[in-house]
Amino acid sequence: MSQITVPVESESFFSKLWNWLRSVNPIYFVVIVLLLGVAYLNPVFFEPNNFLTFLERSAPLMIMTAGQVYVLVSGGFDLSVGSIATYSVIAAAILANNDPGSTWWVLLFILGSGIFFGLISGSIVTYLKVPSLITTLGMLLIVRGIGLYWSGGAPRGYLPDNLRALGRGGLEDIFGLREFPYAVIILVVMGFIYWLVMHRLNYGKQLFSIGDNPRAARLSGVGVESVRITAFIICGASAALAGILIGGRGGVSILAGTGLEMQTIAAAVLGGTILLGGRGNIPAAMAGALALELLFTLLNLMGLPKPLRDAVQGLIIIGAAAYMAYSSRRTQ
Amino acid sequence: MTAATTSVTTASLADRVQQWWRNSNIPPVYGFVVIIFLLSIVLDLLFGVDDQLFITNPVILTNILVRSVALGIVAIGQTFVIIGASIDLSVAFMISVTAVGGSYLMAGDPSRVWWTVLVLLGLGVLVGLINGLLITRLKINPLIATLGIGLILKGLLNAAFDNFAGAVPRSFQSFAYDNIGPLPISVLVLFAVVVAGWFILRRTKYGAHLYSVGGSQEVARLSGIRTGRVLTIAHIICSLTAVLTGLFVVSRLRSGAPWVGTDGLYDLESIAAVVVGGTALSGGKGGVLGTLGGVLIFSLLDTMFNQIGIDAYLKQILRGAIIILAVGFYTFRSVEEPS
Repeated sequence: MSQITVPVESESFFSKLWNWLRSVNPIYFVVIVLLLGVAYLNPVFFEPNNFLTFLERSAPLMIMTAGQVYVLVSGGFDLSVGSIATYSVIAAAILANNDPGSTWWVLLFILGSGIFFGLISGSIVTYLKVPSLITTLGMLLIVRGIGLYWSGGAPRGYLPDNLRALGRGGLEDIFGLREFPYAVIILVVMGFIYWLVMHRLNYGKQLFSIGDNPRAARLSGVGVESVRITAFIICGASAALAGILIGGRGGVSILAGTGLEMQTIAAAVLGGTILLGGRGNIPAAMAGALALELLFTLLNLMGLPKPLRDAVQGLIIIGAAAYMAYSSRRTQ
Repeated sequence: MTAATTSVTTASLADRVQQWWRNSNIPPVYGFVVIIFLLSIVLDLLFGVDDQLFITNPVILTNILVRSVALGIVAIGQTFVIIGASIDLSVAFMISVTAVGGSYLMAGDPSRVWWTVLVLLGLGVLVGLINGLLITRLKINPLIATLGIGLILKGLLNAAFDNFAGAVPRSFQSFAYDNIGPLPISVLVLFAVVVAGWFILRRTKYGAHLYSVGGSQEVARLSGIRTGRVLTIAHIICSLTAVLTGLFVVSRLRSGAPWVGTDGLYDLESIAAVVVGGTALSGGKGGVLGTLGGVLIFSLLDTMFNQIGIDAYLKQILRGAIIILAVGFYTFRSVEEPS
């Protein structure tokens, strides 16, 4: 009688292409559109030297975002990353005090501090079962307090040039470039490691499983405690590393990391990370961070006053989150 | 024989005290309030920078309450959204908007006070409505939605103002500085907000609905509650309390600047006060009396730190540690997975 006819899907080239395009994370298209927009307003943007400088500037946020994704995928938040970055800048300046010979142990000390703060946050969340939002809010106050108490509330000491080089120097006269920034090399290497650990190693699978359903993960033998604490450690260390790059680029400031915690979460969400755990993708989240930086550049080129950039950022974050909520409902 | 009888009576007395405590429905956070109060007396005795004890000084005691007003009012609103298993990060920006908007629109003229207050309350309703609709209709995570709205408010405010703007008339400053009888008006307003919050949550149908939405949105929906509407109203209430806090802040400062809300950390501190007061972030549990206790702890600590002359940055460290420990006290026995 009245039969429901299903139109036969013709596997034409275009439908295949369309299906492939739909499977790609939309953040990559956003990045392409923003890149074109920036290039249109500033034609020299794509010249290798300029583009590498832009990447150098974006490296800290991208690294911090990748670290944040580990905690987000585990089902938590880390609000302390901005404070850890600030602390790193302040502590490095005091410890190094313009002595180039001290650079290596200062670097190790800063990274060690990041690991330590992550260990504390992770242990409190895991063993005291304090919600991560509250734990890392407490750590935000504590870590910033330590930095400011140590320095007396004003920037003190100097970063030696060889330490600052990590954030603003580079390999000179290579590939015919003016210089190839160290920060970009660090970004590429770290990006690869973040991707490898989350998407190729067993640890990553365990991380996704505890974010998705911690009970099921525990019952299937995942060491939920150590996996969660490790996620916070990775995040803390990333924030410390980003702090070193920020200090290298911008010099010593007690406001160096202010507001970065929310920017990393926003960038991760732009890249398709689901809050409360179980879904996330390192390259997409780092692209989300790149998109935020491109957006700032674009708004700057358009001559928008700095405050309005916040407003546009807010609109974009809401739009992206609404789009993802909509598309995930549609596929259900 | 006699020794045994005594021990029995003391045990039963302890039992009775415990029984009374359980039946009294006093949120456990007041145990902390008492402990910190006693602790601050001891510390004041040992390390106090002046000879006078703070508990014998009515000015300082009143100050503890006045310190609680700004954070307290907005924390009551935050309690509503957190009971509904949502959260509001836009309150700090809303406070800035109100403070600047208030002093700019009033421009020192007493006759402009009433409509300015109405305009700002209307703005509060609008922002709360937008927050609520983004969360309930577009299903955006509340953290992201209210952060986004907060950034938009911040951007627009900073684009229009970059410093203190306008001033409130002297008559409006009585909100922050005048007394009715022995109590400051601001403290009475805080108590009125707490009582109203308690009444709505515990004595109205809306309150019961909000608890059930926070407990389980799905169950609430299936039992016929309009979950979206209930949560949206909670967000409107929260924005309105932020406006009230903003009005208090500007009446104290006389003029508002774009950073007064964010510098006060009202977003994160109001959440911390709610959670320290025993309301779970996962929703469905807690109440405004607990939140008041959480706020009192913060202002007691502030006062104690001032009395014993602790460095401002050390204060931050201790504050962070106390937030974590106080919440850890509730949660460490929990068998639920942390989040």
